[in-house]
Amino acid sequence: MLENHPRLKELRYTLFRIFRNPSAIIGVILLLFFISVAVFAPYIAPPKYPNRPYMMPRAGYTITPKPPDEKNIFGTTEGQYDIFYGVVWGTRTAFRVGLSVIISAVIIGVFLGTVAGYFGGKVDEIIMRCVDVVFAIPFLVLAMAIVVSLGRGLDVIIIAIAAVAWRTYPRVIRSAILSVREQDFVQAAKSMGVSDFRIMIRHIIPNSIYPVMVIAFMEAGSVVLTAAFMSFLGLGAPKGYADWGQMVALARNYIVGPPDDPLKFWYCIIVPGGAIVLFVLAWSLIGDALRDAFDPKIRRK
Amino acid sequence: MAVFISRRLIFLVFVMFGVSFIIFGLQMTFSPERRAMVFVTTPQQAKDIPVLIKKYGFDQPFYKQYFTWLKEVTSGHLGYSLVASDSVWRAFWRYFPITLELNIFSSPCIILFGIWLGTKAGQKANTFTDHFTRIFSIVGWSLPTFLFSLVMLMIFYGYFRLFPPSVLGDELTLLVYGNTGEFVRYTGMFTVDGILNGRLDVTFEALKHLVMPVLTQMVVICAILMRVMRSGMLEEMGKDYVITARAKGVDKKTTILKHARRNALIPVITVAGQLVAALMEGSIAVEIIFNRKGLGWWLAESAMQLDMPVLMSLCLFIAIVFVLANLTVDIIYAYVDPRIRLS
Repeated sequence: MLENHPRLKELRYTLFRIFRNPSAIIGVILLLFFISVAVFAPYIAPPKYPNRPYMMPRAGYTITPKPPDEKNIFGTTEGQYDIFYGVVWGTRTAFRVGLSVIISAVIIGVFLGTVAGYFGGKVDEIIMRCVDVVFAIPFLVLAMAIVVSLGRGLDVIIIAIAAVAWRTYPRVIRSAILSVREQDFVQAAKSMGVSDFRIMIRHIIPNSIYPVMVIAFMEAGSVVLTAAFMSFLGLGAPKGYADWGQMVALARNYIVGPPDDPLKFWYCIIVPGGAIVLFVLAWSLIGDALRDAFDPKIRRK
Repeated sequence: MAVFISRRLIFLVFVMFGVSFIIFGLQMTFSPERRAMVFVTTPQQAKDIPVLIKKYGFDQPFYKQYFTWLKEVTSGHLGYSLVASDSVWRAFWRYFPITLELNIFSSPCIILFGIWLGTKAGQKANTFTDHFTRIFSIVGWSLPTFLFSLVMLMIFYGYFRLFPPSVLGDELTLLVYGNTGEFVRYTGMFTVDGILNGRLDVTFEALKHLVMPVLTQMVVICAILMRVMRSGMLEEMGKDYVITARAKGVDKKTTILKHARRNALIPVITVAGQLVAALMEGSIAVEIIFNRKGLGWWLAESAMQLDMPVLMSLCLFIAIVFVLANLTVDIIYAYVDPRIRLS
């Protein structure tokens, strides 16, 4: 009985479509890699101060970065912070930022969009006009203004980005709901006296959530980018915190080495920078594959 | 059409009201002393802050303060910028041309390159160009502008010693900013001013400093356009009129350029607003890294030094530009595609 539930059958077909796409496989492998690094961080890079594991250990107090050796396998960046340790624990920071922003943004956005689309009328008008207003300010600019007015810090960055990022979802889910709302199964449920709340949760959201998922995956990456840029500017965590954006900022004075060896300090930018790019790429690749898998125009070709 | 435009204009007023409300609300998180700084225009005035708090009523209820603020802002009193050590209004006109110049050069590159590559990719799915474009656009989407700028700087300035950062070299900066009367800054954009002053060396130098920022903007932003153009082309290429054109013997090039591409361009207009936002956001990172003192640089620097008046004024300015851009996009779109206007 459960074997042949239509929802399960569709899900299986979707998974089949997704994993036929090479970019999805690369994306999933990358993401699994980052997940395992984040989970096993205490074993991969044992913390020097166990009560403050996110602070990068320093291998001395000279300013100039040192190239990779046996003790610091990716070298050290400005102020002798160990790059390997920072990149490993920075994975946790990146997941924390990306996931908490996207989850809260999706919950807020989907809730507002569902309410607007289902009830229509005045409620719809008010919610959607608020969305329009938040849309009128570019993402990064508004997020930066919020961070500055709330004070700095990683948590503030998360709150600020979530306060902007929710705006994408109401529009998406609303238009999906408008088409679902009029369909027979919703009307049937209504005529049987099912409550509004139950109709929304059981019938409407499951049938209109896919576009939201696609965008959430694409956005998870760009959220991490925005957060990294704000950390880079120094609006994020305190100095020495394992955060990729900040590690790029620490490398900033060393992008051009001495005249006889201009690429001398390559490791202090390429390693954390590469981590950011690969992390974002993982989410984007999966998002891109999801889009292809869910696009009704090409789904059953 | 007139009804459509007037409806959009009413909507614009509403959005601007909402935006100003958000910005004012953010400002309210600060103490009255800090907010009084908004009305300080010279360093000497800074000691009059208690007087200013009384004068502008920062101890009054929210709505009253909002209207006072709105009145000040609309009459051009935007406050004093600590970063620029000048009034926000005057400093704005100093920084604006630099950003404008960057984006005047980068946007045609982005549009032409994006459309060209999107057309190539969308002609036939799953060819080499198609895969290349897809990878390029996903990687472009995943590239942080600040990181890419740094890597560009590392390679082209550090290794090849080709394109230096900042706006002009040291010697010409002295000439340009010196008040000797030798060089008049008509527009503030040095490529144009160089020509107007008959100093082509300035123009050339400014262009040389523009290469990397423009290239960075192009690689990062192109992806948005390319993706829409590609899917538009793929869709149009499968339509009956294209097949008819081919069947009656129109050659492939004409079919693609004159028929399919023109129709595929229509949805591209819809991302123009997104493009404007991306250009502005991109300018922040690019100007910080390449040390070009424009609006983006000013915005980031003000965020770092908690220069609230600047942040709020720029937020408002960028919102106005963005809303106007979207309005233009809507009107153009309604003009090219009558189906939108009528519904």
